[in-house]
Amino acid sequence: MSILVYTESEQGKFKKHALEAASYAYAVAQQLGTTVTAISFNNEENDVLGTYGVSKVLKVSDDNLKTFNAKAYAQAVSQAASKEDSRVIVLSSSTDSKYMAGLLAGMLKASYAPNVVATPESTDPIVVKRTAFSNKGFALTKLEADTSIIGVSNNAFGLKENPTDATVEVFNPELKDGAFGVKSVEVDKVVGKATIADAEIVVSAGRGMKGPENWGMIEELADVLGAATACSKPVSDLGWRPHGEHVGQTGKPVASNLYIAIGISGAIQHLAGVSASKTKVVINNDPEAPFFKAADYGIVGDAFEVVPKLIEKLKEFKAQNA
Amino acid sequence: MKILVCISNVPDTTSKINFTEGDTKFDTSGIQFVINPNDEFGLTRAMWFKEKQGATVHVASVGEASTEPTIRKALAIGADEAIRVDAAPTDGFFVARQLADIVKKGEYDLVIAGRESIDYNGGMVPGIMAALLDMNFVNTCINLEVDGNNATAVREIDGGKEKVSTSLPLIIGGQKGLVEESDLRIPNMRGIMMARQKKLNVVDPVDATAATEEVRFEKPAPKGEVKLVDADNVGELVELLHNEAKVI
Repeated sequence: MSILVYTESEQGKFKKHALEAASYAYAVAQQLGTTVTAISFNNEENDVLGTYGVSKVLKVSDDNLKTFNAKAYAQAVSQAASKEDSRVIVLSSSTDSKYMAGLLAGMLKASYAPNVVATPESTDPIVVKRTAFSNKGFALTKLEADTSIIGVSNNAFGLKENPTDATVEVFNPELKDGAFGVKSVEVDKVVGKATIADAEIVVSAGRGMKGPENWGMIEELADVLGAATACSKPVSDLGWRPHGEHVGQTGKPVASNLYIAIGISGAIQHLAGVSASKTKVVINNDPEAPFFKAADYGIVGDAFEVVPKLIEKLKEFKAQNA
Repeated sequence: MKILVCISNVPDTTSKINFTEGDTKFDTSGIQFVINPNDEFGLTRAMWFKEKQGATVHVASVGEASTEPTIRKALAIGADEAIRVDAAPTDGFFVARQLADIVKKGEYDLVIAGRESIDYNGGMVPGIMAALLDMNFVNTCINLEVDGNNATAVREIDGGKEKVSTSLPLIIGGQKGLVEESDLRIPNMRGIMMARQKKLNVVDPVDATAATEEVRFEKPAPKGEVKLVDADNVGELVELLHNEAKVI
């Protein structure tokens, strides 16, 4: 019984979090004394997976699966799990992986723990640590069913190289009737720009920016850092920025390495959504803003003066370290 | 169209989270419970279907008697009828089994649940239900239109959105975007009075076991003091992020 990892691709390349999931799966395989099998969809660069400890790749090539389809993918992963007799399935915390995980848990009558931040603290039974209460706490969750699905929280484990010779095997899942009951009509997606889910750095701004016309400097700062842009709830409610940028308890969760909050006071709901980020920086003209209590670094000052200076300093830094 | 909205009873978003009984239980003392925000967006969208397309809207929740005020609030907002499965919601799998049974018996065309509850953040109930019932399923749904038996939905994806077409019967994992924050309804006195007359059926759980158990909880490590950098010395921040935090 090997550990099965679902390695997500985008435009024929593995996503960073797929490689992180593979790195995690290898660590669990070491604990359990087994190996890692990956399942990939329409990806021709499967050797990359060996770098992260994968011994075998089940390669699915099917034009019908070019666009992600949760049910069809879940059927394929479920069949791969039974073929490999895998009792542990690892996936990332991307939106698509989470979409598929619930279906997979239902199909396999499996235990599913999402947002897992560390390798199992025990393996018989498996107990994993995951975030709960919207990052206000952690739960140690015991997985009791025959099959366990572990969703690794983004950036929690990181990429770990464990060079392994990966054999690639063609795998043809039998998709059942109704697999395509939900059809993709149109994908509207920013390409070539970091997304909140994938980015290592997120630059976020709030009502302190005074109006949507002032976002130029936020975008410039994000560009310099190769970061994704985000915003607080009031900003998306006011329509200054698109909903997709809203981070916080009812918006998108952020688990980046660096989170920079500009003109965001730090309401408890906002902090909950971003607290999984490793390093937090706050720039606010109000020294009493609650965010200062949750941040690692802070600057008390006017964003309209501080941000342009920060952009300038970062450009100098990049020029020196290029 | 018959709609079932699945409701989770969760601590209000401003709640401070503490644990009790040797960190094995969530401490509910002093906690205000509300309809899970992701469910409330779905409920509000369901009210739109009721008012514009003549849909019938039921709500269902798995919980003990103490959760009834939250269910009554959903009735006060405008749901026609409620079902409470009389059991503690032990885990996502158990809850999905209970709700799937209600969906099957009630022959609902559209089931709307939140993409996740803001307490245990499992995010699995709608997906497990869809697998158990073999129904179409759209998660992280931010827009939903139904025309006869056909549905068009928009779901949020990492870095954008995807429009999908599907058909009833359908399960939705909803969130903000299904309706806007400003569309949410605060029950008025008439709604609250009417809710008292509406049916709240209490049913026994079906035989099902949980697939997971929370053995212990931990609170995040207390945060150290913030390191302040002078606004006139922004270069120091760049320095710290590079040399100390090692994030750039």
